[in-house]
Amino acid sequence: MAEVAIVGVGQSVFSRDCGVSIRELSFEAFKEAMEGLDITTGDIDASIICSAPEYDKQRSPAGLISEYLELTPKPSFYVETVCSSSSTGLRIAWSLVKAGLHKVVAVIGFQKMSELSSRDAAERMGRGADIIWESPFGLTMPAGYAMYARAHMAKYGTTEEHLAKVRVKNSHYGAANPKATYRKELGLEDILNSEVITSPLKKFDCCANADGASCIIVARGDVAKGITQVPVWIIGLGAATDTMTMAGRKSLTGLECAKEAGKQAYKMAGLKPQDIDVAEVHDCFTVSEILAYEDLGFAKPGEGVGLIEDKQTYADGKIPVNVDGGLLSKGHPIGATGGSQVRTIVRQLRRQATEAQVKGAEVGLVHNIGGIGQYGNVTILRR
Amino acid sequence: MGFENFGTVSFTAAAKAADFMTHLEAGKVMTTRCRNCGASYFPPKADCPACLSSDVDWFEIKGQGKLNTYTIVNYGPTGFENDAPYILALGEFEGGIQVLARLSRDIKPDDIKVGMSLALSPVKLPDNRVAYEFNKV
Repeated sequence: MAEVAIVGVGQSVFSRDCGVSIRELSFEAFKEAMEGLDITTGDIDASIICSAPEYDKQRSPAGLISEYLELTPKPSFYVETVCSSSSTGLRIAWSLVKAGLHKVVAVIGFQKMSELSSRDAAERMGRGADIIWESPFGLTMPAGYAMYARAHMAKYGTTEEHLAKVRVKNSHYGAANPKATYRKELGLEDILNSEVITSPLKKFDCCANADGASCIIVARGDVAKGITQVPVWIIGLGAATDTMTMAGRKSLTGLECAKEAGKQAYKMAGLKPQDIDVAEVHDCFTVSEILAYEDLGFAKPGEGVGLIEDKQTYADGKIPVNVDGGLLSKGHPIGATGGSQVRTIVRQLRRQATEAQVKGAEVGLVHNIGGIGQYGNVTILRR
Repeated sequence: MGFENFGTVSFTAAAKAADFMTHLEAGKVMTTRCRNCGASYFPPKADCPACLSSDVDWFEIKGQGKLNTYTIVNYGPTGFENDAPYILALGEFEGGIQVLARLSRDIKPDDIKVGMSLALSPVKLPDNRVAYEFNKV
């Protein structure tokens, strides 16, 4: 039996402009995560605060959030792997519990991207590349993924319509997600006719900057059973990196960090891709979801588009993916995103999903990527 | 001289690898090879993580390359607003060296094809700034 469990999950509503402070956003997520648990705030032994600092006004937010949630004097610290920060936080929480240092750890991710204008946010993202060698050319996160999309098209014949179909699916489920920024169903034409941001990616191929927070409460196995009726076990963890520079990438049709993290997580869990019942993948762009199908082994390289064409990643398909709407619908508050993905899988495994419940889901997977594929994190959970 | 004039916007200046800029001003795009163990790098590294030496040689990235991928960026971040649209690309050169740069404005979007041949050359930008870019062969 796995020895570390997730006992609680929560997230705030994700929105373009939340109108509250980061501490209040974090409270919203923390409150939902603590709901129904037989512990109080005082039982939390440590907290890990996750965000991407380039968007923050607050310096050292761990101390601030720790005070607001009354987690002091317990240890609290900050971790960052850009968009996968809270998956990294979860990995560290697992190891703190596994090592016997703490029994219960809270992983809190947040981002208030509305602190910056859209162009300034894009500039910060640009500095998430190598600032000497690549940022000076005007590299942005969408541009990096657009180059992956173009290479995938050139090698495998993937089309803009294939990509758009990912958004059609995710907007369908996002419309039913009360926590999502975008709750409007989009048709193929809406997506194909939207303005080109960075070719071949159009407006609706891209997720939106958002404000939001997420929270995961992790506990030692024996303790977890006393805290909640339905612990969800962490059975696989994988983490890897790829080069900061685009120039250093060996493949432009898949993310090496995701492949490696997936391999590690499957090995630790003793499972294969076909054993996964439901998955949350990092669809910061439509193409990212196609790459994830292939990098995680749900499809062979170049055959990811077949899954979306045949609707096999819908809730009643072979491998349901992002049936909460994904980042494309929810929005992408950088530091909060991984925790939100974990929340969705935990709710699926607990049969509490409100957007679309995958029948009989026993094992779920979270794929959370930092930057333009610099940091890959894959987590496998079982009920 | 550091990297203060490199690209449209530079974010930092001082670096041991700033000899790169001297070569670029002289019309050459160069990168490093370790004198001790022979490992080569792009982007250039003033240090060799393979053998921990900091004794490196510069060599020119020459010859004909090919276009691996590209994107036409219509939305420029702060500092790049006036550049958009611009075309970012990855080109591959001799020895498997892959380079990120912009495609020359002389290349029309309709003429761009993944796999097409490219040359890499220094380019002068407004306000005495410098960079390198891909040109048609």
